[in-house]
Amino acid sequence: MIHRPLALKLLSAFIVFGAWEIAGRVPVSFAFPTFIESMQALFRLTIEGTIFTAYAETLKPLVVGVSISAFFGIGIGLWVGLSQRFEWLFSPIFIVMQAAPLAALIPILVMAYGIGLTSKVFVVCIMAMPVIVLNTASAVRNTPASIKDMGKSFLATDRDIVLKIVIPAASPVIFSGLRLGISAGFIGAILSELKITPTGVGDIITYSRSIADYPSMYAAIFSIIVLAVLFLNLLERIENFLFEGNNRGYVSD
Amino acid sequence: MILFGRRLPAMSSLLLWALLWEIVGQTGWTFFIPPLSEVLVTLFNVIGTPAFLKAMYETAYAFISGVFFAVVIGIPVGILIGKSRLLDELILPWVNIFLSAPLTALVPVLMVLFGFGMKSIIITTTLFAIWIIILNSRAGVKQINRSLVEMARSFGASPLDAFFKVYFWAALPEILGGVRIGVIRAVKGVIIGQLLISIVGFGALFELYSNNFMMSHFWAVLIVLFALAFTLSEFLAYLERRVSYYAASR
Amino acid sequence: MSQTSDALEMPAPVETDSAVSVRNVSKNYGTVEALRDLSLEFPRGQLTSLLGPSGCGKTTLLKIIAGLLEPTSGEIEIEGKRVTGPGPDRAFVFQDFALLPWASVIRNVAFGLELRGVAKSEREAIAEKYINDVGLSGFEKAYPHELSGGMRQRVGLARALSVDAQVLLLDEPFSAVDEQNRRKFQEDMLELVRNENKTFIFVTHSIEEAVYVSDQIAILLPRPSRVSEIIRPTSFRGTDVENIRRSPEYLDIVDQIWASLRNYVE
Repeated sequence: MIHRPLALKLLSAFIVFGAWEIAGRVPVSFAFPTFIESMQALFRLTIEGTIFTAYAETLKPLVVGVSISAFFGIGIGLWVGLSQRFEWLFSPIFIVMQAAPLAALIPILVMAYGIGLTSKVFVVCIMAMPVIVLNTASAVRNTPASIKDMGKSFLATDRDIVLKIVIPAASPVIFSGLRLGISAGFIGAILSELKITPTGVGDIITYSRSIADYPSMYAAIFSIIVLAVLFLNLLERIENFLFEGNNRGYVSD
Repeated sequence: MILFGRRLPAMSSLLLWALLWEIVGQTGWTFFIPPLSEVLVTLFNVIGTPAFLKAMYETAYAFISGVFFAVVIGIPVGILIGKSRLLDELILPWVNIFLSAPLTALVPVLMVLFGFGMKSIIITTTLFAIWIIILNSRAGVKQINRSLVEMARSFGASPLDAFFKVYFWAALPEILGGVRIGVIRAVKGVIIGQLLISIVGFGALFELYSNNFMMSHFWAVLIVLFALAFTLSEFLAYLERRVSYYAASR
Repeated sequence: MSQTSDALEMPAPVETDSAVSVRNVSKNYGTVEALRDLSLEFPRGQLTSLLGPSGCGKTTLLKIIAGLLEPTSGEIEIEGKRVTGPGPDRAFVFQDFALLPWASVIRNVAFGLELRGVAKSEREAIAEKYINDVGLSGFEKAYPHELSGGMRQRVGLARALSVDAQVLLLDEPFSAVDEQNRRKFQEDMLELVRNENKTFIFVTHSIEEAVYVSDQIAILLPRPSRVSEIIRPTSFRGTDVENIRRSPEYLDIVDQIWASLRNYVE
């Protein structure tokens, strides 16, 4: 007997995929393939290797964009968190960016930078950056006052306080900001492939839709969602492992 | 920030950035950034035009319907899975998956299933908003203090009474928090939907402006959109603060 | 010095010289007066408690002595030297322990020395000694979240001892520790005061705790904050730790303090 949570997860997956299969067989729509057809298409794309070349293409702007966002986002976030003047100057921009539908900037980016990699990297950056900056800044600002006082009372220099207290104390929240940034980056990467030029996975989706090969289209969408969810889940596990105890242990519990 | 002994309002630096925009625009450094003053003039010209009002109306319609479905479905589902362990274990994994999944990828599916129109945009909006609302409503129900539940029971509250007089209010701060984040996501969803299905609302308007290189029109519409989104999110944050005054002292 | 006049009625011991002097210190937060013209002497090698109801400014005073807060006016002298900020002559023990959650016990204990640039092997040897002294040997590699509240505060205490400061400042160190551990701590405090030749300044809101551990108790009253009374227990200081709570003087002082504080309890 396997234990209950796992059994229920399997049951839940079975119900959902089963419903998909039945809906496809009815069929609810000519454009709704069954689960099995979609998985067969996914299998075929994998065997042909199409899916791998597609991902190599899709992940390029994602990786470049997320790296740039991480580097500048954490840098700006630290600065904003540490300096009141910087906070006054920069945080409104990122607060507005966080609330605003930044996707609306895509047409301008395309006009300015064409339909190549640059535009796609930009899309990933504008999606990923605000949450990274805001998380970093608030993590820095929320460093427990008592451990900063502790540092001061044991004669830490300002540099010591930033390097040995503020940054380690902030790193769990910075990391989760990074994870949310990557999540938003995925949205940006796919959006740019669907909106700007169909390349990579976006190409499979657009092309198979145009020739009404719906199983392949569903397979590509299924795979990108699975990939994103698995990757973000992995990051969350890493986060829990790395910072185990970091979020506890401040006060008595 | 404090300047000359006076506290500057939080968002006041945006004025500085607006000034910078104007200067960069005046220098004519790039065609893509017209001076802010020009954009503002365009804004006042554009705002009353039928094309703009139509886009505004279509967007508002899709957004409000999308949020409506997300709230009406999301809150009961969240409360339900918060109270039933079996449903929780069956449904929660999917909520978590869709919460972090790049939902943009689903828009093409909606397009082939529901057509290139309003229906797909409304569903996109709902999909963006609903998961966090479910998750927060569930969290709200889960954190209800056991002694509060026992109090209600010991004073003889009927299950219905207990639900409307205790559970709902006790979970309200979390639920509202979820609705706030859901609404912000819905704003993004409605725009992403319109961009991909670009024959409706602002999607169509953007298409028109970018094909004709009408930069100041473009920026004018962006300013309106961003300002509305920001105002909406601040307003909801204000509402949430009003309601959750008791959240800390439950 | 009208505030200390009450103390003269007490059978004061031979006046030892002060390690820490607080002179006419005031502290305002905007229009709120946290401390007004407060003066107090802390005898060398003894433990002085700052006792009072909440809001009487005792923690504010301690943080001013630590150099973490600046007084609005007045001055602090330590061994004749004026305080301008935190210094190597003082070490602080925090109410919420203030341990680094990502650092092991030994790194936490050695953290003060690390900040002073002491080489790793040397500072760990020193830390090892104090970890032993506070009874935590075997837990060097543990992390704070793996320890109980009492053990965490022992780490905080070891950290303060390891920098070998002349003055130890303790801000309600046992308030987040459970009752039994607190009693053990109080006994250990008496031993520490006896063995280490340091000056202890101890903030507490527990009357019994203050009377139990102190050589001198300064009672602070709020609105405006001032020293209302200084009490120096004498007869039970030399006795065994088990007998203190049974000594008539102990009971009398506890009663006397309660009588003067009860009007300030909200």
